[in-house]
Amino acid sequence: MDTTIFLFLLQDGVINGAVYALVAIALVLVFAVTRVIFVPQGEFVAFAALTVAALENGIAPSTPWLLLALGILAAISDIVWHFRDLTWKRLLRIAVFDLALPVVLLLLTQALAPMKLGQAVNILLAIALITPMGPMIYRIAFEPLAHSSVLVLLMAAFGVHFSLIGLGLVFFGPEGSGTTPLSSASFSLGDLVVTGQSVAVLIVTAVLLVLFALFFGRTLLGKALRACSSNRIGARLVGIPTSVAGQFSFAIAALLGAVSGILVGPLMTVFYDSGFLIGLKAFVAAIIGGLVSYPLTVIAALGVGFAEALFSFWASNFKEVLVFTLIIPVLAWRSIYAPYHEESE
Amino acid sequence: MMAALRSFAPPIVAAALLIAPFTGWLPDYWVTLFNYIGISSLVAIGLVLLTGVGGMTSFGQSAFVGFGAYTTGVLTVHFGVSPWLTLPAALVVTMIVAAAVGAVTVRLSGHYLPLATIAWGIAFFYMFGNISWLGAHDGLPGIPALRVGTHQLIDPKEYFVVVWIAVVLAVIATQNLLNGRVGRAVRALRRSTRAAEAFGVNTAGAKLMVFVYAAMLAGLAGWLYAHFQRSVSPGPFGVVAGTEYLLMAVLGGAGRVYGAILGAAGITVLRDQLQNLLPWLFGHTGNFESIAYGAVLVLVLQTASNGLWPILFGPPPPPKPPTPRDGDQLPAKVLPAPGVRLLQVQDARKNFGGLVAVNNVNFEVESSRIIGLIGPNGAGKSTTFNLITGALPLTSGAIAFEGHPLQAQTPQRAAALGLGRTFQHVEIVPDMSVIENVALGANLLGHAGVFRAMLKLDRAEEAKLFATARRQLERVGLADVAMQPAGTLALGQLRLVEVARALCLNPILLLLDEPAAGLRVGEKKALAKLLREVRSEGVSVLLVEHDMDFVMSLADHLVVLDFGTKIAEGVPADIRKNPAVLEAYLGGVS
Repeated sequence: MDTTIFLFLLQDGVINGAVYALVAIALVLVFAVTRVIFVPQGEFVAFAALTVAALENGIAPSTPWLLLALGILAAISDIVWHFRDLTWKRLLRIAVFDLALPVVLLLLTQALAPMKLGQAVNILLAIALITPMGPMIYRIAFEPLAHSSVLVLLMAAFGVHFSLIGLGLVFFGPEGSGTTPLSSASFSLGDLVVTGQSVAVLIVTAVLLVLFALFFGRTLLGKALRACSSNRIGARLVGIPTSVAGQFSFAIAALLGAVSGILVGPLMTVFYDSGFLIGLKAFVAAIIGGLVSYPLTVIAALGVGFAEALFSFWASNFKEVLVFTLIIPVLAWRSIYAPYHEESE
Repeated sequence: MMAALRSFAPPIVAAALLIAPFTGWLPDYWVTLFNYIGISSLVAIGLVLLTGVGGMTSFGQSAFVGFGAYTTGVLTVHFGVSPWLTLPAALVVTMIVAAAVGAVTVRLSGHYLPLATIAWGIAFFYMFGNISWLGAHDGLPGIPALRVGTHQLIDPKEYFVVVWIAVVLAVIATQNLLNGRVGRAVRALRRSTRAAEAFGVNTAGAKLMVFVYAAMLAGLAGWLYAHFQRSVSPGPFGVVAGTEYLLMAVLGGAGRVYGAILGAAGITVLRDQLQNLLPWLFGHTGNFESIAYGAVLVLVLQTASNGLWPILFGPPPPPKPPTPRDGDQLPAKVLPAPGVRLLQVQDARKNFGGLVAVNNVNFEVESSRIIGLIGPNGAGKSTTFNLITGALPLTSGAIAFEGHPLQAQTPQRAAALGLGRTFQHVEIVPDMSVIENVALGANLLGHAGVFRAMLKLDRAEEAKLFATARRQLERVGLADVAMQPAGTLALGQLRLVEVARALCLNPILLLLDEPAAGLRVGEKKALAKLLREVRSEGVSVLLVEHDMDFVMSLADHLVVLDFGTKIAEGVPADIRKNPAVLEAYLGGVS
């Protein structure tokens, strides 16, 4: 391997790693606040990319229909679980958030899609369509299980993953698509050709990570979320509603997923089920970070991206085998030095 | 009548099952479906043992199905080996892989363990799909059918018999295993690792045994699958399939062997019906069943987290401990003569970070004596106790028992040396019956292993163990609740169950951590009488207790701790008057 190839692999790895980092910190956040190991995080990535792809072609994507379906399910789930203590306030929230919002977005998408208003509008629309899915999914699947063990929540997460993959096929179809790069510029650094898209990925990721750090370090809401993650019961006792915290963390996760989808769209052909592998690789990084540490997670995500690039150069057939085998020694090391004590049942 | 029904029902059902396809009532379509149910059941039974009983959730069982299937595939297609001969090969390959993977996996804690199963599940899936002599993504076609003489078992009806004989055998072996000594230890591990270890259960070893057993059932399923399909490809061995098997175990009822079959039937039929129904509903094809799967899984977890079997058929029946013959007894332990020095604690010290919990404490315990270890809250009594029983390592100093140094000891070694203990916070297995909990104490007195248990050759030994357990339960006055689930007892009774369990170990030294807490006056008197009786038999007792009347009237000798330091030692009458002790308990007289 010469320097050119090495630099090329490094660039490739860092860009993939940056996307994994965004997905991974979403996983860490969701786990910290709700103890859910959110396997379907990658689905947001794929759905966002497919939404942008459809909009670029002037076709109205099916995403708002999916959002509406999730909204209806969330409304049903909410009403069933809170049947005895239904308040007008809750009903109003259901009507606005679960039903009116998807319908408005649906009409908006139908109206805007044929006009081809350009990349910025497409991206904003995709983010607006994907982000509300997070809290809806939380309310459908995880809120009723909020007091269960991590294992039960993990199994439920797999259930959600299955359903979302199935729904993805129904709403987006089996065809894959790619999207236009954020920037078509490119320049050379020595032997290496750096694309504008790579630079865009790095800048967006870096900005989001800084915002993320500021949010959790400096704002009251961010601190409340951190309180929920370190001691759920304690946070409830001082008046932090854990349900709101859970929904909020899922909203951020969906938002980060949507942004990641917009970033990977131009880099690869995205299919309805492409999110799973992206999510799992981010997951490897999140676990190296112990599902706790954000900086360690970001570094690990870059490492996973780079390792993947190297493996695909050396043994492309066994790329996935190697990436996932990598995780076992990490788990063993984590398990010995930072044993996680499940709260007793 | 009910009892007779319970014991006759399984063989009748099993026999009816094996004849069913030949009666003509069952269309071939359903026979084929039942074959898949049977094959999945084997995997799910393994998962019930692994997840429901052993507490280890695996998303990767499908990989072991793959190892079973590919082993027979490669041997029959590439090397022309007869299919029946590849069965042991498939099992051995699965066993070796499972032992290697499990050696790392079972040591992982909490959610790291299921995450690891996802990781190697995916890795194995991609491996199957990329190795050229496994046929890569296309797989291996042309696997021969099983043969009896020259007759090929291709008809689903005939294969049905093979599959369901395997399932029936797996159910019997698994039930026997769970009812034996090793199975009891495994069942105890999930709810109370501390208790299991304190009676000599090797945690990692027991978990690995379960892991390999479950994997081998999956390997068997893979072998059956390969010869039924007569081709293998990587598709059915991925994590999606692994989650499906887990779903079967959860749906049926984690921890219930028959539930696994129910769950396998439920999911297989559901998938089949959905594949027929949904495209018709939606008008085009797609993997709609995965939507329904996810929904079913989430709904089951939300509304019936114990699965369907307990809802349909109620709680598990009480165990049937074998009845001992007259004179069936375990050999009694030779106890040391009275007055021999048993336990020596020399300068024992335990630091937790900057906190000195036990500060260079010295004392001794002689045989046939009751020693009380007392002190105000936070004095370091329980920590001292955990140092002696090997639950915590010493920072410095030395503890010796009958001349054996206990520096780097484990709870298992303490148990083997004859230290039987109870816990300050009761550590029992709530879903096991009282007598089984007590019999766990006799774990080290039995020797029957996995194979003897599976073949039910351990009955004579089990009879002895249960006879011992029953005798100890009678001594603590709980013989009448022996068959009840331990979780239904009151706290005071559970403390006595723990005492009986510790006595089952045939201890030389009995370590009791606040045994009288939560007991009524009458129960306390009975316990005091029992402890005096035990002392007269030659067993020593080290007692941590807050009830002063209880401990003063019972102990021969008292050791008083305060803030981790020994402040007094002597006979109860002297300790009562000791100014340092009075100050520690009542505050200084200024």
